[in-house]
Amino acid sequence: MKDSSPSNSPSPFLPFSLSPLRELLFPLIAVVAAFLVGGIIVWMVGDSPLLVYELFFSSVFGSLDGIGYTLFYATPLIFTGLAVAVAFKCGLLNIGAEGQLTMAAFATAWVGLTLPHTNPYLVTLLAMMAAVVVGGLWSGIPGVLKAKFGAHEVITTIMMNFIAVGIVTYLTQYYYKRQGDPILETLPIAELKDGALVGPHLPRMHALLAPLGINFPERLPLNIAFLLALLMCVLVYVFLWKTKWGYELRAVGISGTAAEYGGISITRNIILAMLISGGLAGMVGINEVLGYRYRYYDGFSASYGFTGIAVALLGRNHPVGVFFAALLFGALNRSSLFIDIFTDNVSKDWVVILQAIIILFVACEAVFRGGAKRLLGGKV
Amino acid sequence: MSNETKPAVEMRGITKRFGEVLANDCINLAIPAASIHAIIGENGAGKSTIMNILYGFYSADEGEIFVDGDQRSINSPREAIALGLGMVHQHFMLVETLTVTENIILGAEPTTGIAIDYKKARARVREISEQYGLKINPDARIADLSVGQQQRVEILKTLYRGARLLILDEPTAVLTPQEVHEMFAILRGLKAQGKTIIIITHKLAEVLALSDHITVMRDGKVVGQLATPDATAEKLASLMVGREVLLRVEKAPAQPAATTLEVKDLALTDKQGHAALSAVSLVVRSGEILGIAGVEGNGQTELIEILAGLRAPSAGEVLLQEKNINKLDARQRKQLGVAHIPEDRHRRGLLLPFDLASNSILGVHRNAPISGAILLNQKFIAERANRLVQEYDVRPPNIALAAKSLSGGNQQKLIVAREMDIKPNLILVSQPTRGVDIGAIEFIHKKIIEYRDNGAAVLLVSAELDEILSLSDRVIVMYDGRIVGEVDPKTVTEEAIGLMMTGGK
Ligand SMILES: Nc1ncnc2c1ncn2[C@@H]1O[C@H](COP(=O)(O)OP(=O)(O)OP(=O)(O)O)[C@@H](O)[C@H]1O
Ligand SMILES: [Mg+2]
Repeated sequence: MKDSSPSNSPSPFLPFSLSPLRELLFPLIAVVAAFLVGGIIVWMVGDSPLLVYELFFSSVFGSLDGIGYTLFYATPLIFTGLAVAVAFKCGLLNIGAEGQLTMAAFATAWVGLTLPHTNPYLVTLLAMMAAVVVGGLWSGIPGVLKAKFGAHEVITTIMMNFIAVGIVTYLTQYYYKRQGDPILETLPIAELKDGALVGPHLPRMHALLAPLGINFPERLPLNIAFLLALLMCVLVYVFLWKTKWGYELRAVGISGTAAEYGGISITRNIILAMLISGGLAGMVGINEVLGYRYRYYDGFSASYGFTGIAVALLGRNHPVGVFFAALLFGALNRSSLFIDIFTDNVSKDWVVILQAIIILFVACEAVFRGGAKRLLGGKV
Repeated sequence: MSNETKPAVEMRGITKRFGEVLANDCINLAIPAASIHAIIGENGAGKSTIMNILYGFYSADEGEIFVDGDQRSINSPREAIALGLGMVHQHFMLVETLTVTENIILGAEPTTGIAIDYKKARARVREISEQYGLKINPDARIADLSVGQQQRVEILKTLYRGARLLILDEPTAVLTPQEVHEMFAILRGLKAQGKTIIIITHKLAEVLALSDHITVMRDGKVVGQLATPDATAEKLASLMVGREVLLRVEKAPAQPAATTLEVKDLALTDKQGHAALSAVSLVVRSGEILGIAGVEGNGQTELIEILAGLRAPSAGEVLLQEKNINKLDARQRKQLGVAHIPEDRHRRGLLLPFDLASNSILGVHRNAPISGAILLNQKFIAERANRLVQEYDVRPPNIALAAKSLSGGNQQKLIVAREMDIKPNLILVSQPTRGVDIGAIEFIHKKIIEYRDNGAAVLLVSAELDEILSLSDRVIVMYDGRIVGEVDPKTVTEEAIGLMMTGGK
């Protein structure tokens, strides 16, 4: 092992010894390569790749709307990307962010529906906490199962996804739906009365920027949850690399036996990592329920939990990387509609294909770096 | 030796850099065919690097390689194998759940059409095993084999792939003395049948007993090449280190004081009901070194891990300065001054991808001032790590390097530095100098004695009988999970203790 391939891995400890350029290089190549391959696909179905690229950039950067929507689409992906990254740093693969955010979103709405709105700020705060706690618990269960009984988290988190959907759909359908509503959604927690939103909710970016003299379009759903996502990037970074708890969590991710030797509890850290991971995934509920739709709406998640895995992978499980990867995926989401409409043959799915290609390239890296040698030499 | 004119392998002017580290500096090396060639040198001298270049793992920055007189560029192990080279690494690359034959054909499956011709492979494995006296059953599962047998499977694997030249990187570091003997017999047999062998090792006695030629490396350069009959241990040691080295431990008589560690009737029974330890009782006093002699796998690992808080005993008591510490975990024990230098530095002692600074705090990472209430004190950690790296001469002295990029001996020095820095009352030491060069051995031994003289109690486990006998003030012998007797290290004969170690009483 000591003679293993040249070590180019970043220092996990001292930020200044991170070689950011080298770390960035591969994800960047993956993205550029994916766009090129995507271009070829466009050309093959008979459209102009240049037009598609043009549409991508104009729909994202061309207007405040574009930027606002991109950031709004990126917000849940930042949360889920961080969720996957934190678990991964402890050596765990959290496939269950989808179930965690579903439960969390419902819990958020439930608090808003159940508590009296005498003090909407307090209810908002409690609803936010509910999102984090329920999300955390929902992945804490697989965490405990893994730590205490060795049940593999990939299996259990997937199972928990199904259970979450079942519970939430049932409760919504039979207890919290408006009578006769054909749509599977709960009653609203906040409603427009005389032009003002009444009930627990988070202010939108418009309200926040107006006092600063910036006229951000009011209709854009971008809200404070985006700032919360930014804050989480910072907190996750500080937690993982600057605190003793983060040190322990990462140590467990590297080597259970060495961590044990250092007096670090594997059990505790697995549970802790899953709690934090689920809590972060749960924050998607804050953005969705308190910031956007003001109710629980069944099927609101465009596979945020699964896309989060891709975001973490592309962002190298680092908060900064996760942030930019989420932005990219948000931008792709934003542009998909425009690409669909303004081309003859390219549909929205082009964006999905592009995302898949990016992940494929990123996943290839392992092969390029160590795998090639392993395959050739029989050396692990 | 008829082939002396045309070396089996010749390397000319090989230079290799890892970043700023000059690992190989214009190395010239000629290996005569059908000989055993030893490469020795301090940790980090560049021995593994030069061999990895020969085997195609690394590519040299400069230089040329000739195999059987023809210049070759070897870009991958696959190409090396095709040229008749084989390499056995210190850490084996075997799949535990597969059989010997399956492991050997992995990656080089013989086929009839598309199906794997398992029968043919098996017959061939058996044939090779018999030809070279390897005594390996082709159908045995790797998990059931001893370390020594696994190593022979690795050798078999290279032979199966047609190796005419074998590179062995520290093959004896993990072997028991008995297994080392068997290994030597096999290597001599291979030589007699025309194979060429390059062996990297730190053990001068082995070099002198086994090899025909010796290359000494220091700081990436070749500093001496000599025929074994012209060499002595002292000569080799001073060539390696560049100064005179004490090959014998020098210490004042122990002045034991109060009892630091007392172990009473310790027992450990595993799930299958097998007793790994039974009725182990011992006392280590402040200011003395108690050595545990024994063939590896007779309970020493379990005993040390119980004392370090990594395993719970099935019965018995552990008293540290008269307090029962049975319930305390590894970190709490460290807090009380129990240092632990583990036998397996990769599995236990280090977080390999982490940098040296991060590794220097493992186990004490919650202590003030290393950590505040929440945040790690990065400035203090860096200063402390730099100090440790200087004091213990860890090379290269760059705390931002990943621990895995250090050579084995330097990794060990880092661990020793970290553990000694807690000012221990009790030092649990397992195989402290495994894979460590003689300069570092001298240094680590001196440190252990220095801490003993300052009043620490030391419990030493080592597979090296020499190390046990020269370092310990008292020696007990373990066999099959029991303590079978105590001997006086100054007077006991190797035969007598050897007999006890193998259960002969
Ligand atoms: N993959 C790598 N990346 C960076 N530096 C390396 C790498 N491999 C080796 N080095 C450095 O090159 C030098 C030579 O290392 P090498 O492993 O060849 O030493 P060695 O003589 O085999 O030592 P040991 O006896 O401890 O095994 C050391 O300073 C080591 O830190
Ligand atoms: Mg080496």
